[in-house]
Amino acid sequence: MSEAAYTAQELMVAVAAREIRDGELVFAGMRLPVLAYGVARSTHAPGARALYELGLLRDQPPAGFLGTMGDPPNVAGALWATRLSNVMALMAQGEVDLGFIGGAEVDRFGNLNTSYVGDPRRPRTKLPGSGGGADIAILSRRWVTLMAHEPRRLVERVSYVTSPGHGDGEGWRQRHGLLGGGPAAIVTTLAVLRFPAGGGEAFLATVHPGHTVEEVRAATGWDLRVAPDVAETPAPTAEELAHIRRLDPDGFWTRRG
Amino acid sequence: MAEAVARFVPDGATVAMGTALEPAIPFAAGHELIRQGRRDLTLVGPISDSLFDQLVGAGCVARICAAWVGNVSEGLGHCYRRATERDEPRPIEVRDHSNFSISLALWAAAWGSPYLPTRTLLGSDIVTTNPDLVLADGAVLVRPVAPDVTILHVQRADAGGHAHAWGPLGISEEAGLAARRVILSDPNRVLLPESKVAAVVHEPGGAHPAPLQGHWRRDHAFHRAYAERSRTAEGYRAWLDEWVLSVPDRAAYLARLDLEPLRVRRRLPSVPVDYGDE
Repeated sequence: MSEAAYTAQELMVAVAAREIRDGELVFAGMRLPVLAYGVARSTHAPGARALYELGLLRDQPPAGFLGTMGDPPNVAGALWATRLSNVMALMAQGEVDLGFIGGAEVDRFGNLNTSYVGDPRRPRTKLPGSGGGADIAILSRRWVTLMAHEPRRLVERVSYVTSPGHGDGEGWRQRHGLLGGGPAAIVTTLAVLRFPAGGGEAFLATVHPGHTVEEVRAATGWDLRVAPDVAETPAPTAEELAHIRRLDPDGFWTRRG
Repeated sequence: MAEAVARFVPDGATVAMGTALEPAIPFAAGHELIRQGRRDLTLVGPISDSLFDQLVGAGCVARICAAWVGNVSEGLGHCYRRATERDEPRPIEVRDHSNFSISLALWAAAWGSPYLPTRTLLGSDIVTTNPDLVLADGAVLVRPVAPDVTILHVQRADAGGHAHAWGPLGISEEAGLAARRVILSDPNRVLLPESKVAAVVHEPGGAHPAPLQGHWRRDHAFHRAYAERSRTAEGYRAWLDEWVLSVPDRAAYLARLDLEPLRVRRRLPSVPVDYGDE
């Protein structure tokens, strides 16, 4: 085995899976987080359950590969097949411990933009929009976002807040009546950024194997704070990799170019 | 399908589709709208996978009222980008929602309520750019969105309009109740009262490339090919010619595909229920 015996995406799935605690209700969302729930449920969190916004509740990983949360293997064996508003109702009651949101652009306070780069009336880039992202950001108890680590994606201030994080800093969410605690971590292709308890500005918590603090700071669009005890992100274990490759046998999500 | 679309979806109509999110998307109905050259539609839905992108690229759409327009497994919607960034093939208005708020907008219409208050979207710029959302008294007021017609793809229906749909329903119930008319395209648990149903179309395979529980898996490769070809306007036009404009109907479309690898084979019937009454 070479040094890089896993891809950046496989490491991100393993890191995301470790964010899920046993017994939690997780809003699993799309793409890599769908795999993360399967890995967590198969390893350290056998009691974790997953909600999917189209109207599903599961307590076990799907039997087959998922290209979307609506693929038949995710429906077969579900505990509950229902409507979207019922799933959102649970989240609005504070029942969802952890949500995952895919990000296009994030800023130092964890605000996400998945709508417009540039002026919304004449955007430079039109991104697909919120989906359920804004709902998760506002209503789940805590959330994690995953994205490629590039200066154009990790920016000083997003131009459009689709899914609010910590707004302009500590206390912003409480002042504006948002229910949940906001972003807990930004998991990137290079590192894991975390936030102080109570909200505020992201800081560098761990750097993925093979990368350096300087490299991460250079790839970040603001002057990224570094935790005094910054450490290396633990690599995926053989067990985690085995589950990831069982759930994504062709590398559709984890071995893309 | 051609008759149902011609009779019940005029130019300028507000149309809800793709209401179960990724599964059961009525692609066949969308393609018929394109073939009939429908114009100035307002499309309502949560995510729609690539269907809304295709309709935008064909110039059928004046307004999008949705939470997300793209391609679920591939990312960006290239026709949606060209329309919003460069007015190609025509300018469109976007009224952004989240999945929860578009559901609430349809429930508001279904219940005849002037608005529904919620705490979702507090702190999001979506409230500032969508005039159908108003910030008041620490809540977001979601104004009703009432489709002229909702198009649903279900597993089975009778001629009277009693439909059974199973698997996750997304926002199908509120979209159906809020609509003036509903078109059901076939491949019980009656979804909606028959008084809401304007037309029942037997259209097997009408959701391809979307999945349908108990029948079809999602055609990931087809979605990927569409994403790659629609990167340019020329590529999109060639795709549209091949898969929509040069086929007369859904049966001809399906005849060009080998769907057998996508057919669901493992049967998982549910336990029957008993309505015994004496």
